[in-house]
Amino acid sequence: MTTTKALARTPLSAVHEGLGAKMSPFGGFLMPIQYAGILDEHRAVRSAAGMFDLSHMGQFVATGEGVPEWLDRLTVNAVGTMKPGQARYNIFTNERGGAMDDAIIYRLDGRWLVVVNAANSEKMWRWLSSQVPAGVTLTDRTPQSALIAIQGPRSLELLQPLTDVGLANIKYYHATEGVVAGAHAEIARTGYTGEDGFELFVSADAAQELWQTLTREGARVGLRPAGLGARDVLRLEAGMPLYGHELEEDITPLQAGLDIFVKLEKPAFVGRDALVRQRTQNDFDRIVGLVMDGRAPARAGYAVWRGQERVGEIRSGSPAPALGGKNIATALVRADASAIGTTLDVEIRGQRHRGAVVPLPFYKRAR
Amino acid sequence: MDLPAGLLYTKEHEWVKLDGTSATVGITDYAQSSLGDIVYVEMPKAGAVVEQFKQMGVIESVKAVSDIFAPLSGTIAAVNADVENDPAKVNGDPYGTGWLVKITLSDASQSKNLLDAAAYQKVVDAADH
Repeated sequence: MTTTKALARTPLSAVHEGLGAKMSPFGGFLMPIQYAGILDEHRAVRSAAGMFDLSHMGQFVATGEGVPEWLDRLTVNAVGTMKPGQARYNIFTNERGGAMDDAIIYRLDGRWLVVVNAANSEKMWRWLSSQVPAGVTLTDRTPQSALIAIQGPRSLELLQPLTDVGLANIKYYHATEGVVAGAHAEIARTGYTGEDGFELFVSADAAQELWQTLTREGARVGLRPAGLGARDVLRLEAGMPLYGHELEEDITPLQAGLDIFVKLEKPAFVGRDALVRQRTQNDFDRIVGLVMDGRAPARAGYAVWRGQERVGEIRSGSPAPALGGKNIATALVRADASAIGTTLDVEIRGQRHRGAVVPLPFYKRAR
Repeated sequence: MDLPAGLLYTKEHEWVKLDGTSATVGITDYAQSSLGDIVYVEMPKAGAVVEQFKQMGVIESVKAVSDIFAPLSGTIAAVNADVENDPAKVNGDPYGTGWLVKITLSDASQSKNLLDAAAYQKVVDAADH
């Protein structure tokens, strides 16, 4: 992010400021980090419902018969096999197999929606628009759009009275269109918290009124506005990668443990050769989950040791309210230090603090 | 924002309650509110020597690590074990049960380098702009 450029605002920035949110720059936007407090907001999402403004995320729309074939050449997961109404997590890779961005691709009626990270939005727009083949049209609708996510076990109960769309019929990682509280919306059962929930894509004009209606109607289920601080803790507990931490240009999806999204059987895509080589050699540094013994949080950038050998570094770390406040982290470590159960030390202000490699995710909701 | 008149303050948002050659130290209401939910406090051990305006420990919220500076030079006489076990006390009662350490001062005249409540209020007002 450049510092000379003014921070962008979402259609809801004024609402957040009115709520007294702490606002900070994120991905070029001034975004709410927290309202009442991260722990409170986390609790609301895990036990009831939380509402997030995600209008900073990039929203690109692609149309044309060639879209699936085109996106299949730029990403690791299968696009061509997606059916209308389906959503799929995917990763755009560079020639080295590193992640340019991770994204959710939605196949809607007659069009495809690609939702990218705010921090990568400009980069991905440049990349994708330079690659558009004949017969495919790509538009960036981000400035005209808003995205409000409702996440938590009571999301369905909150939203159903506000729409004629049968929300229970939308399966996880599927989407449809309809009217929610008077606003035309693309309604997706997707999220980044490890809970059930919905993401509502609406026009920028409709965002404030929808937010206010959801706030009013949400009171009966305990809905709280939730900021990016809580979102980061929720996604880390759920073992979901955050671009710039578990994924980046120099970290491949295989290194991030996202193998199930990497379809090496696809005949050709950017970075495939590098990923095939990496898969075969299998000696790469990789992301693991760590649970710490002590009270000191492990933070991104801290060195990870096994005995006297430095074997990697912390990429994300936080206390995990869902694990009784235990400190959890992801670390990028050498292959020979990545087995479940391996004892590793994290260097925190010059002191070694013990942790153990555990399977991801740290938290899984009861279904 | 709560800002008791009888205390002294630092620009780094610590408060000091002087009692002869002993000082009780914590962080201000403004500091705890800015940090948000505090989850970890790491202070020097009793007996450690600290120097005015030098880092003596850290306090961590869910998302951030903040340095804590010694408001006065001296020797750590006591560390608040309750806060180490339940760091949320700093949010709940920053000037009371949320105190961090007691320092036996080596030079009580250093208190002239600290701010009174009115001067500290100006620091906070400037930080909010």
